[in-house]
Amino acid sequence: MIVLRLVQSFLASLGRSTLGLLAATGRLAIFAGVAVSHLVRPPFYPGELARQLLRIGYFSLPVVGLTALFTGAALALQIWSGGDRFNAGTVVPSIVAIGIVRELGPVLGGLMVAGRVSSSIAAELGTMRVTEQIDALTTLSTDPMKYLVLPRLLAGLIAMPLLVAVANAIGIFGGYLVGTTRLGFNPGAYIKNTLDFLEASDIHTSLTKAAVFGFLLALMGCYNGFNSGRGAQGVGEATTNAVVTASILILAANYILTEAFF
Amino acid sequence: MAAATPRIELRDVHKAFGAKQVLCGVSLKVMPGESLVIIGSSGTGKSVTLKCVLGILTHDAGEILIDGRPLARIDRRGFLRHFGMLFQGGALFDSLTVWQNVAFRLIHARHPLGAGAARDLAIAKLGRVGLGPETADLYPAELSGGMQKRVGLARAIATGPQVIFFDEPTAGLDPILAGVINDLIRELVSEMGATAITITHDMTTVRTVADHVAMLHAGRVRWSGPIEDMDAAPDPYLQQFIHGRATGPIETVR
Repeated sequence: MIVLRLVQSFLASLGRSTLGLLAATGRLAIFAGVAVSHLVRPPFYPGELARQLLRIGYFSLPVVGLTALFTGAALALQIWSGGDRFNAGTVVPSIVAIGIVRELGPVLGGLMVAGRVSSSIAAELGTMRVTEQIDALTTLSTDPMKYLVLPRLLAGLIAMPLLVAVANAIGIFGGYLVGTTRLGFNPGAYIKNTLDFLEASDIHTSLTKAAVFGFLLALMGCYNGFNSGRGAQGVGEATTNAVVTASILILAANYILTEAFF
Repeated sequence: MAAATPRIELRDVHKAFGAKQVLCGVSLKVMPGESLVIIGSSGTGKSVTLKCVLGILTHDAGEILIDGRPLARIDRRGFLRHFGMLFQGGALFDSLTVWQNVAFRLIHARHPLGAGAARDLAIAKLGRVGLGPETADLYPAELSGGMQKRVGLARAIATGPQVIFFDEPTAGLDPILAGVINDLIRELVSEMGATAITITHDMTTVRTVADHVAMLHAGRVRWSGPIEDMDAAPDPYLQQFIHGRATGPIETVR
């Protein structure tokens, strides 16, 4: 009897969690759908989009660039160390290029921008929710989804591929610096190896991943901020949830996209 | 002669948040050009009532009519175009300057005003609430609470709305500034002929601003009537509230 009750209670809690997860996924999908539907419904706010592009793209350049530079440099050393064990140290330029472009550039860039941008979007929109600024927008005949959410989603979608393109170049340059100064590669040969090895599909994969990650990190910032709880604690939780969920979704989406492009 | 249609009417409106029933059948009428003040203790559903009328919150049961038509069937954007609201905390947009806040609706209208004209108009509205042009280029964070409230008021009246809501217009202000804001609201409502709903705990505001008063208690309208009848009304809840007595039928926490 006790065992039966334990099993029932376990199944009930499993059911509750599953329903909760499905409900949350549904709410998020509806939120994203409503926001995207404003793409074809005027008025539009190009000024807001430009402001968000600057904020998400341009101001994220230093953090993404530095991450890529150090990752490229470290990667060159690791590949040299690993490749040298079976006399294949010369693969450093090509493996750095493929590693950075196909995987590390978009993923690390996405995670760094999630930390920087998702949190700031969630904190900003959460504070706007708590201080009734979102309600004020409605009373001023302005749809908050159109004015606040859509420009951020679009900015994420557009800015991330550009950021990742720059990050890829910087990451490869990091590998080049280490390769030519520490590992004895000829500069011209290093660049030729890199360019010869990279294919257009590698770059497509990288930029597609970046666009998806950009959309996801902006979406999680907006969704959590828009639905923030009351008070400082509510905004704090929204900010944490935005970064955590954006990071997890980026890693999950990365696996799915890698499988798709494999 | 047929009776005039109320500008705003609530019929038996209910609203709950989870298990907590906040509005338990609120019925109210506001005639065109009338200034209604809603009073009541904290947590009795005053702000929720306003948010239901605005459609920011969806009521669970009952009817809300705007000019005799159900809220769900009116052109909401059209209604909001002629609407202004002063929020309790000002609700100014932090990222915009004072003049951009005041002229927000004009800048983002379907046929937007140019930046120069919008700024001039914003400065004129700021003057209307006693703020000089030197405040126009400041950000909300650089203003005192009273100044923020006045900017909020300037924003609410910027386009000459036909309906204005004031949520605690004098909360957190010193008595002199509160008096200035009260006079300003009365003046604006009389001048513009707007329909106004004000939420307040401040009896000075009630006496300055109201044509009609409604008292909410436990999610229902406990008493409503013209301001002239308020003091003589026999309702013990109303009398306790307007005289600020600690003892009476309204339970107080000590």
